[in-house]
Amino acid sequence: MDWSAINPAFYVASVMVAATPLLLAAIGELVVEKTGVLNLGVEGMMIIGAVCGFITAVETGSPSLGFVGGALGGAALSVVFAVLTQFFLTSQVPTGLALTLFGLGASAMVGQSYVGIVPPKMPQLMSGADLNAFERIVLGHDAMLYIGLAIPVAVWAVLRFSRLGLILRAVGEDHNAAHALGYKVMWIRFGAIVFGGACAGLGGAYLSLVRVPQWTEGMTTGAGWIALALVVFASWRPLLIILGAYIFGGIAILQLNLQAAGSTIPVEYLSMSPYVITIFVLVLLSALHKYGISRAQAPAMLGRSFHASN
Amino acid sequence: MYKLEKRPNPSNLWAYLTPFLALIATMIAGGIMFWMLGKPPVDAIRTIFWDPLFNEQFAAYSRPQLLVKAAPLILIAIGLSIGFKAGVWNIGAEGQYVIGALCGAAVALAAYPLEAWWIFPAMVTAGAVGGFIWAMIPAILKIKLGTNEILVSLMLVYVALELLSSMSVGVLRNPDGNGFPGSRNLQQYASAHNAEIWQGSSVHWGVVAAFSAVVLAYVLMSKHRLGFQIKLAGAAPKAARFAGVNPHVITAVCLGISGALAGMAGMFEVAGPAGQVSIDFASGYGFTAIIVAFLGRLNPWGILAAGLLMSLTYIGGELAQFIIGLPASAISAFQGMLLFFLLAGELLVNYRIRRAAPRTVKEAV
Amino acid sequence: MTPPLLTLTGLTKSYPGVVANEDVSLTIAHGEVHALLGENGAGKSTLVKMIYGLVTPDAGQMVLNGKAFSPDKPSAARTAGIAMVFQHFSLFGALSVAENIALGMENPPKMRALAQQISKVSDQFGLPLDPSRIVGDLSAGERQRVEIIRCLLQDPKLLIMDEPTSVLTPQEVDILFETLRKLRDAGTSILYISHKLEEIRALCDTATVLRRGNNVGTCVPRDTSARDMAELMVGTRLHDPERRDRPKGATVLDVKNLSAASHSAFGTSLKDVSLSVCKGEILGIGGVAGNGQDELLAALSGEIRTKRGMISLDGRDVGHLPPTSRRALGTLSAPEERLGHAAAPDMSLMENAFLSAATRKALTSLGFANWGKTRGYADEIIARFDVRTPNNQVAARALSGGNLQKFVVGREILQDPDVLVVNQPTWGVDASAAAAIRQALLDMADAGKAVVVISQDLDELLEITDRFCALNEGRLSASVPTTELSVEKIGLMLGGAHDLETANV
Repeated sequence: MDWSAINPAFYVASVMVAATPLLLAAIGELVVEKTGVLNLGVEGMMIIGAVCGFITAVETGSPSLGFVGGALGGAALSVVFAVLTQFFLTSQVPTGLALTLFGLGASAMVGQSYVGIVPPKMPQLMSGADLNAFERIVLGHDAMLYIGLAIPVAVWAVLRFSRLGLILRAVGEDHNAAHALGYKVMWIRFGAIVFGGACAGLGGAYLSLVRVPQWTEGMTTGAGWIALALVVFASWRPLLIILGAYIFGGIAILQLNLQAAGSTIPVEYLSMSPYVITIFVLVLLSALHKYGISRAQAPAMLGRSFHASN
Repeated sequence: MYKLEKRPNPSNLWAYLTPFLALIATMIAGGIMFWMLGKPPVDAIRTIFWDPLFNEQFAAYSRPQLLVKAAPLILIAIGLSIGFKAGVWNIGAEGQYVIGALCGAAVALAAYPLEAWWIFPAMVTAGAVGGFIWAMIPAILKIKLGTNEILVSLMLVYVALELLSSMSVGVLRNPDGNGFPGSRNLQQYASAHNAEIWQGSSVHWGVVAAFSAVVLAYVLMSKHRLGFQIKLAGAAPKAARFAGVNPHVITAVCLGISGALAGMAGMFEVAGPAGQVSIDFASGYGFTAIIVAFLGRLNPWGILAAGLLMSLTYIGGELAQFIIGLPASAISAFQGMLLFFLLAGELLVNYRIRRAAPRTVKEAV
Repeated sequence: MTPPLLTLTGLTKSYPGVVANEDVSLTIAHGEVHALLGENGAGKSTLVKMIYGLVTPDAGQMVLNGKAFSPDKPSAARTAGIAMVFQHFSLFGALSVAENIALGMENPPKMRALAQQISKVSDQFGLPLDPSRIVGDLSAGERQRVEIIRCLLQDPKLLIMDEPTSVLTPQEVDILFETLRKLRDAGTSILYISHKLEEIRALCDTATVLRRGNNVGTCVPRDTSARDMAELMVGTRLHDPERRDRPKGATVLDVKNLSAASHSAFGTSLKDVSLSVCKGEILGIGGVAGNGQDELLAALSGEIRTKRGMISLDGRDVGHLPPTSRRALGTLSAPEERLGHAAAPDMSLMENAFLSAATRKALTSLGFANWGKTRGYADEIIARFDVRTPNNQVAARALSGGNLQKFVVGREILQDPDVLVVNQPTWGVDASAAAAIRQALLDMADAGKAVVVISQDLDELLEITDRFCALNEGRLSASVPTTELSVEKIGLMLGGAHDLETANV
């Protein structure tokens, strides 16, 4: 095989593009989990975001509006989850699964007449074939990629320094105590879930508008699940989400490059590598926690329903 | 003002009623969805739920198909339901299904062209063992290290799908197939063919296995101590430890059973209706079975009914695709919706809605 | 005369099936410590939740400082000058002291300024506390200080304290009372909820007694005997359990140098615990909550397995055996947490009978459950222990605390164990049920069985046990015959003075 086919600047630039959908979906889910809610519907919200973003962009001709559409689509689906889990008190695991199953079906349905269309292109800060390495890596991207980097930083600052962040964390640590202090646990969680849905929708839209860019059925191929794993990987720390997403993006692009470069490893084994590596990372982290080398930071109420008994 | 109040005892009445209410609500919401797609809503619903069974033109073909499609769903859902009862979330049945099919087919293809009575039993065993082993990966990781079984089992679906395409263009490819991907057709290999047991009944061994699984699961869950322990581990983990239940054993048993059943389902499918290992063999039964398990309220008899219903929506969905041009994916959105309504209906089982007493504040004298 | 601080008139609140408060009226004056006295379930919590805006009354009226007062949420109550220290602390383990305090304030200052205020108030009232510490690492007494300081920073006119001493050692109680008196002298009124009569007599100026949701009387605790207040509270004349002298037999349970790690992240590991119990003897184990009680029960029941040689039953090494084998050999237990640990909340009483009795009562054959026989056993428990329930198909969570406790304790006693270990056998149980359970434990000892009672209720331990020892941070003191105990001595033992025996020599 031919390693020289991999250009380092192109490689890093495309890693950044590949990481952004994961990063967006994962940071949204992190906020949701911080309030004690486990939404396994990330995959469903992402793909709904992908199709809504795609349709909006194609119909309006504006990729920026496409992202708005994607965020709204993801948020709309997350409202279903929020209503079911917060008001109908359904258990979070099956509800999240239902969200994913529904999202995959519904997106394929609404998107079927958009297969094969090329979406309007998102303008980049700098573009062209003659960019040097610095320009390509740092400046050669669309606005959404930079926004994607800014969101985890903002989430970190809010969680750490603001009163809102303190309340979000408190609800995730002990919903009964938060309720006793008069905080509206349900509505705080509702808001977090919708934020998570909007982020997942943005991530999905980034897939269909920038990363691929095209609409195909089931195009998220597990990205939502990898985003869930990323939250675990980051130990619920927002800034580590960026690192995690870039590592996974790096792996995804590397295996694609290896396929293109004619590696001797069969294509299927390269394609499964992101999933296998995700498993390895999960195993490694749980081993670290088990032997007390690092401390799990999971919010104490994660996955538990709350109903004020009076 | 209305408010929710937890019932002291879960309501049996609502437990039986909610699946039906969910179905009706789904038909209404689904009708609206179809109408928005520009399809006639009443026709679409009738085509999905009525025509496969009673339309003279289609019923002859559709009715037998009902069992063929329901069998893998029921078999997988029975296994999943046992785990879900225990709070062990095997989301990767699709992967176990694929691996079971690969292992079963591999045995047959290795034996080809030998004709012997033991080949089919060996395939069933291989399918079950394949699914079992694939499910034991998350089980062992969960037991030894506490790794999240949801994510691991799900990731293994994607790994299994890649293995499937690798196998169908690699070692399991038909050597006489002129280079086309896909294995030999097992339907043409008598010893390996999961054929109809009675001519025209469409009952193959997978159907028999599904019905047996329903009965065995019923006996296990309601008559046997192990079933009690599984339920206890899910309902109250601390009480289970107090009762002497080893949570690791429960995790292993639940993932093991569901993996083996999913593997068997895959094997019956590849040796019967599908006929060969091919890139597009996986058809989402492992995921739909999750809906079946919940729709059946995790009860074996309920799953039997839910499996048949879900199979009906598949067949009806195909008909609707053919007759009124409903997109194929509409049916999975429809199934997802059914699960939403069902989960929402759960509220009525465990809570009651009461009118809050009107506030009559006494006047101060 | 100035108007009283708070007047409640005819407050009523009912829940389906129960009237939590019926036409309750009371008056709290400025600068008084007012006791709200009543048994568990008498309606004390509901009443204060109405004052604190957590519950809206169905009827009735509240007047605060001469103005109508109807808080619809806790923040409204806080704004009006009412602060509350909860029985189960509303604290967040993973957050720092300062963050916890900020969460309980309406308009908290910046963290740095808040930390200074915390230090100032903690000096002023003698409540030492470091604002930057993580609450999960604090002791129960320190956590209570966090709650109190959180309240004091709001400069409340009325401070509500819900069973504040249930988590404190006698010495810590003294410190708390000192703080409360300082507060009262500074003009703050205190509504003090308790069922501990001696405390109320020591601290409170007025007492309102609740029984089954009704105000059954107001008294001045200093001038009223504890017995009179108790009878007001319970409504009947109390009779003490019968206690006979009984011969002590051979040692049955012998624990030597038991060390074991806790199951839970914030649990207390057991360190070098030794104890022994004879036939016909009740051993009491006192201690403030969270000092290893759950872990000790788990080690004795088999939920935590220990190394060989640490626990022996009738001379047989059992420490490595799982719960089912321990049961077969005759050690049974009833954990503190009824719902979720001793019983599965959503399962029926029949299934809950099967939960721990399957082995000893032979409720299975070849692994298949004999539900008919199980039903019979559940009915036997219900009948013998007077469990009030329509039938054995009712879910455990539908039973009141006292009834479920009788069921759980009865389930173990009727299996005829050689050794019974119970943790908090009468916690949250009404007086008559508590008396019945204590009597059942005494009867077991009379029948020559060994009983270990782990409890935070010192009165209970003094009443029924033969020997007493105390758990402190996972260590167990040497045992002392109960008859030789004084309150001071118990206080020292609970506080961790393990060398008590030697010091007394």
